[in-house]
Amino acid sequence: MSIDVREYLKPHVHMSLEERLALVKRRFADESHISVDQEAFRADGQKAVLFMCPAQVFKLNPDDDSCIVNYEDCLECGTCQVTRRYVTWNNPQGGYGVTYHYG
Amino acid sequence: MSDDRFEVVIVGAGPAGAAAALALAREGVEVLVLERGDFPGAKNLFGGILYTSVVNELIPEFWENAPIERHIVNRRWLTLDEDTQIGLDLKSAKFDVPPFNNTFTALRSKWDRWFAEQAEEAGAMVICETNVEELIVEGGTVKGVRTGRDDGDVEADVVILAEGANAMLAERAGFRPQMGPRNRVNAVKEVIALPPEIIEDRFHLEGRQGMALEYFGGAVKGTVGSGFIYTNHDSLSVGVGCLIEEYLRLNMAPYDMLDEFKAHPMIAPLLRGGETVEYATKMIPEDSYDSLSDLYEDGLLLIGDCAGLVNPSIHHEGTNLAMASGVAAAEAVLSARKSNDFSKARLAEYRERLEDSWVMKDLKRYRDTVHFLLENREMVNEYPDLAIRLIRRYFTLDDTPKDDVIKELWKTIRSEVNFLKAARQMWRARKTML
Repeated sequence: MSIDVREYLKPHVHMSLEERLALVKRRFADESHISVDQEAFRADGQKAVLFMCPAQVFKLNPDDDSCIVNYEDCLECGTCQVTRRYVTWNNPQGGYGVTYHYG
Repeated sequence: MSDDRFEVVIVGAGPAGAAAALALAREGVEVLVLERGDFPGAKNLFGGILYTSVVNELIPEFWENAPIERHIVNRRWLTLDEDTQIGLDLKSAKFDVPPFNNTFTALRSKWDRWFAEQAEEAGAMVICETNVEELIVEGGTVKGVRTGRDDGDVEADVVILAEGANAMLAERAGFRPQMGPRNRVNAVKEVIALPPEIIEDRFHLEGRQGMALEYFGGAVKGTVGSGFIYTNHDSLSVGVGCLIEEYLRLNMAPYDMLDEFKAHPMIAPLLRGGETVEYATKMIPEDSYDSLSDLYEDGLLLIGDCAGLVNPSIHHEGTNLAMASGVAAAEAVLSARKSNDFSKARLAEYRERLEDSWVMKDLKRYRDTVHFLLENREMVNEYPDLAIRLIRRYFTLDDTPKDDVIKELWKTIRSEVNFLKAARQMWRARKTML
């Protein structure tokens, strides 16, 4: 099979974060493996977990300044719990969560 | 699994856990490996270079059968500013013959699975989809593990923790120092698919030769971190990894760092036509040798990432330290087994073996690297930036006589560099980074 070189001279297409997250296979657990101390989150001026999580699991709820936790998107790096101690992260239940195809 | 008992239970089937399991099973030890993923490697990630001196001792000429991607014959260390690149280029035909400089690209979902299979074939039992929720400790001695399964207690003479960078069990049980933004790197990576022929043409490779490009300085906003492109067989591993502290300082998201890196004029042409097929992230421990815990307790050993065994220098070695620590742990367990004594004092042999090996010698050598860079950001920001400007000016062709160009360069250096400070930094850099 010959390849058309011209196909590979086109610019790489950047995907949105949502598109990239959708590439990863996951099995969703019923319960969240991440919890946030909401008072400590409100007191965090930098709201560091909002940008530090590579999967944007944490979103600001504009109604009450609380933190919404979309645990289904989690890629299980654990960066959140190191970023701020008000995040409690656990391994998802065995067999649940992310499965990388390449890794 | 109630009333289940093994001689050794290993938590985690990554390279550290599988290496320990392989070495133990070969000696007839009853080993159980518990893995929380669907299969070994399912949740595992690294940048992309597998150093294989330990593997080659365990499984000679493993490259004949193992799922490796390419062997690295060409390495480049580069620094960027917004539009320019300088660097060091090492390419050698000496790396093109076995054992290929013990440097390969790999994809962990395939590699870890294969490596754990070797442990299984040697007689280890590997059970997946099983989360270890806590250590069973009696009178200060670890007696086993409590899994998430019903009746899920498993007893063991020794538990080996190989749980990875999220050292949950080790940290909670108080067996290792706390993780923090100054000793943890966040890395994000994309696997970008390209046909092998395109990769070989684009990176000047033949057959299964591979290339590793690592980028510093402006490539990662002058932070303590780096960007990388590694060639796999039919994909590229492209990513950035920076200390979490650096992202917090810049108020910047890891994926934004990655996107800017990928869009850089020196990087974008290398990715042309490639399609992102996976996005992944991992935390990397960069504890200093000085902050490591003992790594051995009564009935317990810590190996791999959860022990903090990563070389944070330009060598960026992790998986081979993981595997070396797995083998050292296995050897310590084998000798403890002879006297049926798995006390802390007896298991200290593990640490002694590590101290006598390149693992701890290297971690000692680089014990101050991360701290030094955090305290001397000129090393990753101003100095590489200045080097680019000087070299670019030196080779910029116009009608200025070379004498004047050189005078101009010295003037730039004098006005921008505090010589005393720089001399001190270079002296310390020699000791902490080289």
